[in-house]
Amino acid sequence: MSTNEQTIEGEEGANRRDFLHVTAAGMAGVGATLALWPFVDQMNPAADTLALATVEVDLASIGEGEAIVVKWQGKPVFIRHRTAAEIEEARAVALDILIDKETDADRILAGHDKWLVVIGTCTHLGCVPLGSKTGDDKGEYGGWFCPCHGSHYDTSGRIRKGPAPRNLDVPVYAFMNDTSIKIG
Amino acid sequence: MAEWEAVKPQNKALAWFEERLPVLSLVNNVMGSATPTPRNLNYWWNFGSLAGLMLVIQIISGVVLAMHYTPDTAMAFDSVERIMRDVNYGWLLRYMHANGASFFFIAVYIHILRGLYYGSYKAPREVVWMLGLVIFLLMMATAFMGYVLPWGQMSFWGATVITNLFSAIPVIGDDIVQLLWGGFSVDNPTLKRFFSLHYLLPFVITGVVLLHIWAKKVSDSGNPLGIDVKSGADQIPFHPYYTIKDAFGVGVFFTLFAVFLFYMPNALGHPDNYIPANSLVTPDSIVPEWYFLPYYAILRSITFDLGIPGTDIIFIPAKLLGVIAMFASILLLFILPWLDTSKVRSAKFRPAYRIFFWILVVDMILLTLVGGRKPEGIWPLLGLIGTVYYFMHFLVILPVLGKREKTLPLPESIANPVLKAAE
Repeated sequence: MSTNEQTIEGEEGANRRDFLHVTAAGMAGVGATLALWPFVDQMNPAADTLALATVEVDLASIGEGEAIVVKWQGKPVFIRHRTAAEIEEARAVALDILIDKETDADRILAGHDKWLVVIGTCTHLGCVPLGSKTGDDKGEYGGWFCPCHGSHYDTSGRIRKGPAPRNLDVPVYAFMNDTSIKIG
Repeated sequence: MAEWEAVKPQNKALAWFEERLPVLSLVNNVMGSATPTPRNLNYWWNFGSLAGLMLVIQIISGVVLAMHYTPDTAMAFDSVERIMRDVNYGWLLRYMHANGASFFFIAVYIHILRGLYYGSYKAPREVVWMLGLVIFLLMMATAFMGYVLPWGQMSFWGATVITNLFSAIPVIGDDIVQLLWGGFSVDNPTLKRFFSLHYLLPFVITGVVLLHIWAKKVSDSGNPLGIDVKSGADQIPFHPYYTIKDAFGVGVFFTLFAVFLFYMPNALGHPDNYIPANSLVTPDSIVPEWYFLPYYAILRSITFDLGIPGTDIIFIPAKLLGVIAMFASILLLFILPWLDTSKVRSAKFRPAYRIFFWILVVDMILLTLVGGRKPEGIWPLLGLIGTVYYFMHFLVILPVLGKREKTLPLPESIANPVLKAAE
């Protein structure tokens, strides 16, 4: 038996050579992982996609009880001019019967009670719920109804029935004056 | 594994090459005259080669279509219409590719069901089975991304719904969805990467198919009796016996394929996909391709949270639970070889299993029907029942059945019953 083999078969199993193997393999592993990152990160939104501008919307043309759909960052945004009855309905709901507990006041900008602005993609699997156009099925709670898997939203865009887990998201927006908003 | 038999070609040039790279020997030993194969394979054993053939057709037609297709949201739909109207035989190539996907799935589903009926997943063929499942998963990913490419309404909304499945993952879900999209919704970056991957994956599938065949070669083919080969009398050479039997199957299968291709090319598609994608209008109902319907039904059947009743404590919200159930329905099959505790492979000798097998088939058909309906009326309930039964079959019935079932006596050998009948 040569001396070489004796060291490899040594009792402890760990010697200089093993140490070199492990550190070399370890460094190669770290390097390979770091090199992998650009290949993963290239899939994330690119700079021009991220730079998608904000959208300004004129609200003057939206009559009471009507809604419009505008496109922001590739997604539909619902802007609804709510009637007094709809506002009342949204406020009257007891918080503990809601799936995603949010008061109506938390979902609008103070002083602009009649304007509801929500991202128009169902929080279940991303379909666009019906209810913005006249004649659309507004669901059992008078807001929106998602035809894909049957989620019902109320006049505050809150999920009331169906598989969606969350209320319709409220985007970041601000009133520039009484009749126009800037989304984003 | 049978002995390796080297091919020695008469032609000197061929012999020279064969000595240096024995490809002829390889083919001959995997599906040639030097491949001993059980003598009793029935027509259900045709569907492996049929699936392989469909893969070849998909790759050839797909590569050609890619020469005319443009993966850009502004041009994708029009480039497909151009293929249909202006490119020479473009209509034929596209219909072949679209219906070819369906027939690929038909062949694979029958191939899988054959495996379930005859216990092809049992020792020593577990790895053959698992590699087959990997192929199946890759096929589903490929088919899904291919359906997005024409950029019609169903393309867009199918992609939206399926990518949104990943948003159900806790904490990092939304980031993953954004990573998949390359933006804030399904858009141009999504289309381009889907095209790239749709082109890549079939070649990955081809690689796994080779491993699948290799693993089958190592453990030998199963057979309808489910007993091991005992002697040469149990076997016949693959060529010419099964090459000719497979060729006949190809004729029948292609006839059916041609009926769809030439007389009803849109029967398996959805008319809404001839409407260009519109990110502001969701179609009336989003329906996946028929081969995804059972899994779609399982996804939608879960509409309740998993938590402590009467409280607000939720462990798994409905959406995540549905996604888990859908993925689990396929991943479950990877442990099937250990869930089925019966030593007897073939359902021919398992009278009770045979009944449960057919109930499972009916259950899958039920789920297919549910997946294609709007979630209204009786359908969600049927979907839930179908889903529960599906999991019951694998997680409860199979483990118990293997221990309880009184199986029929197995024949001594494959050749015996045949030879006795001949006497």
